[in-house]
Amino acid sequence: MSFPGGGIFSGMAVTLRNFVGSYFDPDRLTTNDYSWRPVGKLPQSAGEYPKEGGEQLSDTTTVTNYSRNFPMLLHDGGVSPMDTIRCVACQICERECPPQCIYIEKAYDENGKSIKSPEKFDIDVSVCMSCQICVEVCPFDAIVMNSQFELSSPDRFGGLLLRRDDLLKSNDYYHRIHPEEAAARDQRMAEEKAAKEAKKKATAEAAKKKAEEKARAEAEAKAQEESPGNEETS
Amino acid sequence: MVAPNYELIEQEGLETSLLEVSMGPHHPSTHGVFRMDVKLDGENVVDLKPVFGYLHRNHEKLAENMSYLANMPFTDRLDYFNSMTNNWAYALAAEQLVEIEVPERAEYLRVIMAELTRLVNHVSLVGFFVNDLGALGTPLLYAFREREKILDLFEQASGARMMCNYFRFGGLRCDVPEGWLAQAREVVDQFPRFLDEYEKLLCENEIILSRTQGIGKLSRELAVSAGITGPMLRASGVAYDLRKVDAYGIYDRFKFRVPYGEEGDCYDRFMVRMLEMRESLQILKQALDNIPEGEIMGKAPRVFKPKPAEVYGRIEGPKGELGFYLIADGTPKPYRYRVRPPSFINLTVLRDMCLGQKIADAVVILGSIDIVLGEVDR
Amino acid sequence: MSELSHEPLLKEFPDAHWDEAACAVIAPEGEARVMAEWLLEQGVDYCSNVTGVDYLESEVKEKITNDAGEEETVTRTEPGRIDVVYHLYSMKNQTGPLVIKQRTGRENSQAESLTPVWRSCELQEREVFDLFGVDFKGHPDQRRILMWDEFEEHPMRKDYTEPFDYEWEPTPHDEILEKHKKGKVIV
Repeated sequence: MSFPGGGIFSGMAVTLRNFVGSYFDPDRLTTNDYSWRPVGKLPQSAGEYPKEGGEQLSDTTTVTNYSRNFPMLLHDGGVSPMDTIRCVACQICERECPPQCIYIEKAYDENGKSIKSPEKFDIDVSVCMSCQICVEVCPFDAIVMNSQFELSSPDRFGGLLLRRDDLLKSNDYYHRIHPEEAAARDQRMAEEKAAKEAKKKATAEAAKKKAEEKARAEAEAKAQEESPGNEETS
Repeated sequence: MVAPNYELIEQEGLETSLLEVSMGPHHPSTHGVFRMDVKLDGENVVDLKPVFGYLHRNHEKLAENMSYLANMPFTDRLDYFNSMTNNWAYALAAEQLVEIEVPERAEYLRVIMAELTRLVNHVSLVGFFVNDLGALGTPLLYAFREREKILDLFEQASGARMMCNYFRFGGLRCDVPEGWLAQAREVVDQFPRFLDEYEKLLCENEIILSRTQGIGKLSRELAVSAGITGPMLRASGVAYDLRKVDAYGIYDRFKFRVPYGEEGDCYDRFMVRMLEMRESLQILKQALDNIPEGEIMGKAPRVFKPKPAEVYGRIEGPKGELGFYLIADGTPKPYRYRVRPPSFINLTVLRDMCLGQKIADAVVILGSIDIVLGEVDR
Repeated sequence: MSELSHEPLLKEFPDAHWDEAACAVIAPEGEARVMAEWLLEQGVDYCSNVTGVDYLESEVKEKITNDAGEEETVTRTEPGRIDVVYHLYSMKNQTGPLVIKQRTGRENSQAESLTPVWRSCELQEREVFDLFGVDFKGHPDQRRILMWDEFEEHPMRKDYTEPFDYEWEPTPHDEILEKHKKGKVIV
């Protein structure tokens, strides 16, 4: 701009364009309601907060399919979630957790034998930093990330410690909040299971074959043993 | 210790003395808990001492007690604006310890993420910088509007907007979801429109010119000697960019220019960042054009347990050279883990730049350095 | 980036030796400053990173050949030490890195300050002083930088233990930490 103050005027023209434009072009709004929408974000807005009657915001309406907040434990449905819990209390996640916020105790039956499920599974979400490393290291796909964010509690110490039963969520719920990720995970698990079964079948068949061969060899040996006698008798 | 050649003028009948002001640690212009002990003669700065450490959590000591992988989410929290580049620097250093080949697609995605991060950093830095000049809110909110779109991209790719924790030794944690690249392209294509407007809004504004031109000059020699890196070094006239010099990752495949300044004043530092965003967009366009399909994770060992060695990996972060110095001793934990934080070392010259300037300009100079206290204090 | 060779440096300073395992030049005692000035003249104008490394006293087993010509394994005690590591580059020639180290004992640790040669050492040497307790001779302004002035110990040393009541308050996280401390979990 050649005349003095021209730079300021051209800047003001930009602000004016943005101000007027924000009524017509959602791209010029500084809030989240622009037309450009990320993949997986549902077109409902969060509405007023907090909702009347203490109702919580539903997880699926306000966050994207990919957001992660705190971990949860998966079970495969059924009457009692503890019957189908995937966690076997192997404690790998506890060991790998960077801020050490996971606490696991194994469950034992009346004979003192481990029954491969957690008696205690606590996560201190006031310490958890949502890094998702527990999800990566879990070999049983038992722990995944939740997107539940309404966790505020008046109890500073106890309220943020999530116990096993708070963490237990069904696989259906997981499919609801992270559909693509859950589908991919289920597919991978199915493939792994199939591969495992195929391998098992193969080993079983091999064992069967081996047993058959052994039996045949034994039978032949027996026949050989018996044959001289046969010859004699004949 | 006051400025060299400084003399307090004595006047008869009047008692004069220096005024000591402690700016911060909660002053809004200090970008966090940072304090400047300033000695003033009237409005002129005659001495300045930066005081920090309020956010110190001994990140390096924490890291020595944790496995290599478990450190990755902690690097996000160093410079919380640029978690992707922090991840990259650490992954780059760790990949030297055990030789892992990073797949092609992962390399491209790394470049895309790093350049998007650079856009996020520069766009919000410019917003905060003019905020320090007194342009409260408006330019910053325009910047945040654009930043929001990029953060949404990060959220889809990694699950988190700022603490991404997306890089792994030998690749990336997961592939980007379907349709992500198209969205990224849309953001990249729309960005120049915003930059044009932003330049019109700020670059010729007479107030900005008079507040920044000739303020906080940093000579070329001092900049090199003091180890200044990043846009601040280039504003002083040294075209030293690790993307060109080291060509880490696959940066040698992209065509881009390295903008640099002449004067080394606040305006040059501001303009270098504005121009760098254009170059980042160039890189992003080329990367989005050429990204191949394929694996995103190399053959990394199941248990990361490197042989004894010492490595230093560095990248061109948005704020300067971000380096990680690792000493492995054959256990799953690093024996020594050191971060070379760019904004910490860039603070070395704060005093030199502020001496003889007005107190109001000290705020502008600090804003032009671009510090993040999570990284300065570690 | 092309390599910055350490050969001329070793030729100029015969007392310095090359540590193959660490890829670093160990500066002889009392010569680090002279060495740095010589390097600056050679165009190594950029000191990127300064840090300390603490090594506790340790026992090392090594194989030697004795007088009779037989190999035997000897255990000797390696005294503890602190290394101050400098990563040097040349911006002018775009070469690097060259790593030089100053060695000092763990008691009364002393090193030569290279701040007069490269200004970038200023804050970083202060940090090494603060966290490792290395006294830099010739540093213009050596004070604590990250810890507060009244703090007495040096937290980055390997044998540092934090005070038992350090910022402690009871939380449900205690039992988790207790379990980790017992070594039940950490490998």
